[in-house]
Amino acid sequence: MHLHRYEKYWLIFGVGTLIIFLSVIGVSAFAMGNHPPSHTETIDPQNVDETPPFDNPGLEQIDEHTYVATIKAMTFGYQPNEIEIPVGSTVIFQVTSQDVVHSFTIPGTNVNMMVTPGHINKAEHTFTEPGSYLVLCNEYCGTGHHYMQMTIEVIE
Amino acid sequence: MSFVTNNGIDQRDGKLGMTFLYVAFAALIVGASCGVLQGLVRGGLIELPGFLDYYQILTVHGVLLALVFTTYFIFGFLFAGMSKMLGKMTSGERTSGWIGFTILTIGTVLTAIMILLNDGSVLYTFYAPMQASPWFYIGLALFMIGTWICGAAMLTHYFRWKKTNKGQLTPLFSFMTVGTILLWYVASIGISATVILQFIPWSFGLVDKINVLLSRTLFWYFGHPLVYFWLLPAYMAWYVVIPKIIGGKLFSDSLARLSFILFLLFSIPVGFHHQLMESGIPEFWKYLQVVLTFAVIVPSLLTAFSMFATFESAGRAQGATGLFGWFKKLPWHDVRFLAPFIGMIYFIPAGTGGIINASHQMNAVVHNTLWVVGHFHATVGATVALTFFGITYWLIPVLRGRQLTPKMNKLGVIQTILWSVGMFIMSGAMHILGLFGAPRRTAYTTYQDHPTALEWLEGVFSSQVTMAIGGTILFVAALLMIYNVIHLAFLAPKAQTEFPISEVAEDAGQTPRILENWKLWIGIAFALILFAYTIPLWDMIQNAPPGSPPIRTW
Ligand code: HEM
Ligand SMILES: [Cu+2]
Ligand SMILES: [Cu+2]
Repeated sequence: MHLHRYEKYWLIFGVGTLIIFLSVIGVSAFAMGNHPPSHTETIDPQNVDETPPFDNPGLEQIDEHTYVATIKAMTFGYQPNEIEIPVGSTVIFQVTSQDVVHSFTIPGTNVNMMVTPGHINKAEHTFTEPGSYLVLCNEYCGTGHHYMQMTIEVIE
Repeated sequence: MSFVTNNGIDQRDGKLGMTFLYVAFAALIVGASCGVLQGLVRGGLIELPGFLDYYQILTVHGVLLALVFTTYFIFGFLFAGMSKMLGKMTSGERTSGWIGFTILTIGTVLTAIMILLNDGSVLYTFYAPMQASPWFYIGLALFMIGTWICGAAMLTHYFRWKKTNKGQLTPLFSFMTVGTILLWYVASIGISATVILQFIPWSFGLVDKINVLLSRTLFWYFGHPLVYFWLLPAYMAWYVVIPKIIGGKLFSDSLARLSFILFLLFSIPVGFHHQLMESGIPEFWKYLQVVLTFAVIVPSLLTAFSMFATFESAGRAQGATGLFGWFKKLPWHDVRFLAPFIGMIYFIPAGTGGIINASHQMNAVVHNTLWVVGHFHATVGATVALTFFGITYWLIPVLRGRQLTPKMNKLGVIQTILWSVGMFIMSGAMHILGLFGAPRRTAYTTYQDHPTALEWLEGVFSSQVTMAIGGTILFVAALLMIYNVIHLAFLAPKAQTEFPISEVAEDAGQTPRILENWKLWIGIAFALILFAYTIPLWDMIQNAPPGSPPIRTW
């Protein structure tokens, strides 16, 4: 097949950029650990209340600056619906749903994960600025979807 | 019996095509009415009356525009073009077309009734375990079956032509039609599997639980090629029709065919890029599908090159000089060129946005925010819709034996400009709001006056009020489009109007026959699909959590 000379340059340039771009994403994901939330642990969505750790949702401190927040998503809210942490803390969020699909999203951060019934999803964030952080659900989950929220108070 | 032809298209075929177009534009106006309401609600400018729920009209909007408008328009356009390029259909083929149309329409009406009864407010993605009425899913299944029958009518037409014209190169339009239909067939395996094997038995209560992750994965196996099913007919108009309208020739027949083959191969094994933020899918498989997603950039670059090469050589052939002199030679006042051209320009930022969405880490910032809504209004709402409108301005006159008058052309130009400006404002605001985290698919809310959410209602370009203004302009453009359609179909003066089909440039070279070896390409497509999906799907079934019972949350 005949390729025009300029077309060759154009394609070489395009494909070259593509390869560089994909390498950056790949290195960032696999060598630097910038994983998208892909946790594979499962749970019975009808028995969330009885299954540890979701039988006891809330905040747990695991070392000086690190917390694990265990959160249940449900129509139309989260449990707990407020947590408080000191500024500079790293929080590992582990979330599951006891009914339909929701999300756990903190605008202004990279925490934005789907919460599908049957799976536990995880994300981590270090809060370096004090303030009240809004958590919202950005996957349609029913009539009250736009009321689904919680807050994270990051205090000095 | 002898039958009249309109401009080289058998009238009976033309009628079939035209019927699809009527439904498409009826869907457009209802869908656009919902769209403007959504914009006004989210901007805090109006409240819906008690009998209308935000999510109900959002379901109508998504279903009517993303599924009904696009699908009907595409079948209308393809049936007309096939009849033009390959000669009239046999009565068997035509009957299949009508049967397909009927089943498709029964399905559409059934699903629409369920949504109107508020028994199907599950949005057009119908994610489990929210459960709509079983008839909602039956309607979807009929919709799919209808499209298969229509597609089969066109494939039969094509292979009949090939048989009677042994050894000849098939017309480019028909080749591209076959590529589009095959893409649709392969893609529809996913949605049909989930609807027929999972949703229907579950919604009738034959099984009590559903595998949520599997249903989402099967949906998105279909969901991404769905967007290419919209885009490919637009590309057909770019490759086959536009060169003729601007008085030029197609740059290269083989590159056009090659790009369609590449779209067929690389638009399917990529659905995980819609599930990057989701648990239960190992990271490796997500990354693999991200790599395959990016491969689609190659045929996109080929298309861009081809278009601008065509523009330049058409301009030069008309005496343009200098590096950019050809630009002035383009027929800017002709709506048949202007509308798709603006569509092409929209695809430059829209495609770039797509690269951002599909990138692993950047997706975390934009996933399910208004950014995504801005993205697909730029791709399908601008690029595809504007191209389809551009087609409408000559296709309806062809099919109805009428004429696009200079006055109507002017109204068309105004309509195009209004739509482009409205889309720019609405989609631009959506992109920015999304970067600030404003969620999609969400009725008016201030999250108990949380400062983060209040910001989304302030600002000039980053406000949901701006989004509503863009939506209002778009709605006006949609109304004007409907007027234009009615005029072209029923009021315009009778005349012979040509179906514009371009020739290939003399120096374009021979088209390699391997490009028409469909068995080979379908084989490779399936190999890629098996490669990208077998292990993760197996894993989803083998290591599935206990399923979910049905829930109605609206
Ligand atoms: C009058 C023109 C239009 C207006 C004013 C409009 C407005 C909107 C708005 C405001 C939303 C976001 C709602 C939300 O996420 O809360 C939306 C969603 C959507 N629009 Fe449009 N739109 C228009 C045309 C189109 C066209 C032409 C298409 C496709 C062909 C389209 C496809 C969609 C889809 C698929 C959604 C997503 C539905 C969902 O999330 O389930 N729109 N539109
Ligand atoms: Cu929600
Ligand atoms: Cu996609």
